[in-house]
Amino acid sequence: MAWIGELDLGTRPMPATGPMVALTIDGQSIEVPEGTSIMRAAALMGTSIPKLCATDMLESFGSCRLCLVEIDGRPGYPASCTTPVAPGMIVRTQTEKLSTLRKGVMELYISDHPLDCLTCSANGDCELQDQAGAVGLREVRYGYEGGNHLVADKDESNPYFTFDSAKCIVCSRCVRACDEVQGTIALTVDGRGFESHIAASQDEDFLSSECVSCGACVQACPTSALIEKSVIEKGTPDRAIVTTCAYCGVGCTFRAEMRGDELVRMVPWKDGKANRGHSCVKGRFAWGYANHRERILNPMIRASVDDPWREVSWDEAIAHTASEFRRIQAKYGKRSIGGITSSRCTNEETFLVQKLIRQGFGNNNVDTCARVCHSPTGYGLKTTFGTSAGTQDFDSVMQADVILLIGANPTDAHPVFASRMKRRLRPQNGKPGARLIVIDPRSIDLVRSPHVEAQHHLPLKPGTNVAVLTAMAHVIVGEGLANEAWIRERCDWDEYQDWAAFVSEPHRSPEATEALTGVPAATLRAAARLYATGGNAAIYYGLGVTEHSQGSSTVMAIANLAMATGNIGREGTGVNPLRGQNNVQGACDMGSFPHEYSGYRHVSDSATRALFETAWGVPLDSEPGLRIPNMLDAATDGSFMGLFVQGEDILQSDPNTHHVAAGLAAMECVVVQDLFLNETANYAHVFLPGSTFLEKDGTFTNAERRIQRVRKVMAPLNGQADWEIVQLVARAMGLDWSYTHPSEIMDEIARLTPSFAGVSYALLDEQGSVQWPANEKAPLGTPMMHIDGFARGKGKFVVTDYVATDEKTGPRYPLLLTTGRILSQYNVGAQTRRTDNVAWHPEDLLEIHPLDAENRGIKDGDWVYLRSRAGETTLRAAVTERVAPGVVYTTFHHPTTQANVITTDYSDWATNCPEYKVTAVQIGLSNGPSDWQEDYAEQARHSRRILVEAAE
Amino acid sequence: MSMTTDDKLVYMVNQIARNFAAMGQQEAMTATADHLLAFWEPRMKLRIRALAVERPDALTPIAAAAVARLPASAG
Repeated sequence: MAWIGELDLGTRPMPATGPMVALTIDGQSIEVPEGTSIMRAAALMGTSIPKLCATDMLESFGSCRLCLVEIDGRPGYPASCTTPVAPGMIVRTQTEKLSTLRKGVMELYISDHPLDCLTCSANGDCELQDQAGAVGLREVRYGYEGGNHLVADKDESNPYFTFDSAKCIVCSRCVRACDEVQGTIALTVDGRGFESHIAASQDEDFLSSECVSCGACVQACPTSALIEKSVIEKGTPDRAIVTTCAYCGVGCTFRAEMRGDELVRMVPWKDGKANRGHSCVKGRFAWGYANHRERILNPMIRASVDDPWREVSWDEAIAHTASEFRRIQAKYGKRSIGGITSSRCTNEETFLVQKLIRQGFGNNNVDTCARVCHSPTGYGLKTTFGTSAGTQDFDSVMQADVILLIGANPTDAHPVFASRMKRRLRPQNGKPGARLIVIDPRSIDLVRSPHVEAQHHLPLKPGTNVAVLTAMAHVIVGEGLANEAWIRERCDWDEYQDWAAFVSEPHRSPEATEALTGVPAATLRAAARLYATGGNAAIYYGLGVTEHSQGSSTVMAIANLAMATGNIGREGTGVNPLRGQNNVQGACDMGSFPHEYSGYRHVSDSATRALFETAWGVPLDSEPGLRIPNMLDAATDGSFMGLFVQGEDILQSDPNTHHVAAGLAAMECVVVQDLFLNETANYAHVFLPGSTFLEKDGTFTNAERRIQRVRKVMAPLNGQADWEIVQLVARAMGLDWSYTHPSEIMDEIARLTPSFAGVSYALLDEQGSVQWPANEKAPLGTPMMHIDGFARGKGKFVVTDYVATDEKTGPRYPLLLTTGRILSQYNVGAQTRRTDNVAWHPEDLLEIHPLDAENRGIKDGDWVYLRSRAGETTLRAAVTERVAPGVVYTTFHHPTTQANVITTDYSDWATNCPEYKVTAVQIGLSNGPSDWQEDYAEQARHSRRILVEAAE
Repeated sequence: MSMTTDDKLVYMVNQIARNFAAMGQQEAMTATADHLLAFWEPRMKLRIRALAVERPDALTPIAAAAVARLPASAG
């Protein structure tokens, strides 16, 4: 028996909440929800009606004519995929007539299909082959002479899959998947009748077409016409393990399909509640980095960063790490060392790193990369609502009538959620699409793309978020659109009145702030009215909100708007941060911040501290520790001399690279635990090789607070899972740790954290996933928060005064730089740059408006310098109207560009989250790399040398 | 443009005070002091208290009052 994939019930499910319909199929009675197709009803009772064009990921289509059935009292042979069940219906799925008809249809298909089944890459996993068998096709009477489609050039342009039109039966599943599942609509059936064929964009090859390589078409294809190159190479898989993607905060679950110890392909899991069977190019395809030749598999140490690395045993590396940390503490004091937890590692690993620091180092000098992305979300939502997390699950978006998108570009950064959003934005089954408001300096794809158009785009000047949101509040309060009854019930009324008076002051009106924000007052007023009166209104936001000197204020301004209009606590509403990294929510939950334990409890709270002191058997520090930027400052001042960094590349990802480099260079012991010699490792003294998500057990928590299992599908190439490495360090430092499996770490988290009290691996295996809080009050978790009241009691309106950033444009630096991401690359690119995803984005580009480009004599593709008060780099220009005049944009995926040489030390007032989104810059033509880029490349090359021992 | 650590501490405390200013003088002072207590590491609190003395004009009135409120034990 060959590979058995997931069951395909043929057509989409109907909500089980509706009335049930009873019918008889092949003499068996069955009851299914109203609206269910006959095909699905039959499949539910174990009868698979032959089919080719139907799949339960797509709307039924009725084109292949294979799924015909007979129904008592109805003429003809209706298609079972498009015929809904009716009460008392009597259906036969197999009769002599049906058998003859199906054979006839199948014979026509096969008369124009190559018969190379044995050497075909889909052999054993081909629906055409299966169905030919199912209908009992024994001969093809037509011969193979004459016009046919048996020979065609394969399109191999996409690095991950091929398109072989000779194997295509034009069932349209790929075209419909691109339309319905992904929403890109890159594929079409071109031509008519015999000429019909699948075309990408205007008959281009897949790579140069609009295809975003999400792979939904490959998954939908019933033959080998669209198939993964990995399957062509390796053959079909024979088992599957469900695990969670290690890229963005959407947290897609996948079936890792294996043969032996080898990963053949990743297929999104249909039962995954975050992704519902969909994926993007990163999660499905970009996992090749796990076996990349640059991966470091042995521990290494060196005395000085000028020396080459020396490979050593695990014992030596761990003992050296422990003795260096203890030596530094003896010399400089207990608070002279600290660590950084990883938002890419599991909850269990993150929990252990902060435990190592609190219990073993005896201080609170622990921080995480959420510092540089969503720390303002933590501060802002905790202050206003009482919980540092988003309010809804992803499914909630399907009930939204208005979507307000602020500082987020989901089609690039959270693509699978973007596809879901697009589905809601398009009319479906007679229901009008949700209306969209985009607040973003750039004209992102969602502002206008096929079948999706924002009602309002507010192209604000970078740095004016608070002014824009306050102006929206001004309109809502001033025009009497606030939901006062709701506010009186749910929020502190006095605080609301103070806030309402504040936002109503005339100088906060859209008209008064128009010159400052660049948003036309009429547009802003219309957007505010739509948000307040358009029905269920949901806010989704990203790093364009948080990474500003008023990031926390902006988060609170967003919360204010949602409370003022009563858009909290119902399906289709809420405040939803789109988290950057896979486990950034989890890293925050696990106590990675220097001021709080797991579950967001402050270190100064003596009851909580006592709980941990009892569990861990040591006194704990009641003072908050250093945040990442504070650590670097303290390092240059000589009071912070040792750092343990797990799965984080602060040199590339943190702002003002020069300052980060100076801080790292000042330390006496930097320990980096990672897959690769990343940029931070250029300044490290110990390198501990890390493991990939495919090589360990654990959990990730996505942007919906959903805790999902990560399952080990292969043995770690480096010999140890990351949690085991931390345990080795802890034991070497004298801590009595003896975890034998990550589930034991989760049990400890549950014991010590009220919002996780009910979480266990047993529960996760049983439920698939659970959203925290999961405890006695909510044993199966909490899909939506603040339903009847806020976590903090009354919702808190906070007055958010607009304070302009001190990063100002002027004659020397007249343009504003804002930074972001692109679909094919992820964060600093450590993983995606080591995959074929570079086919789409081999370098960072500078987007510049034609006006600004022309003024400087810059043409598309020219090398330009990008200079700020902090530093200078060079890259190539992309001239585009996506950015407004005066604004330029780039990504930060490539270390050769190092966009963070440009970004400054300015940061959010409450959390020190860096102001990545606003830097005053100048641009001009350049001949090539800057001096700094050349020096850096040389330093990196020098620092990455590994000593080759002479053969013994 | 890099500032020294001292410059940064002064900048940060003024920035915090400025963002709380709309609450009114009294409440802003309390909120700023609470913020430093909750989020600043001991050596940062120690240093800002010294800087308030060394650079009397560098802190805004709200920031200065908040720093003055920090208990000597903080840091």
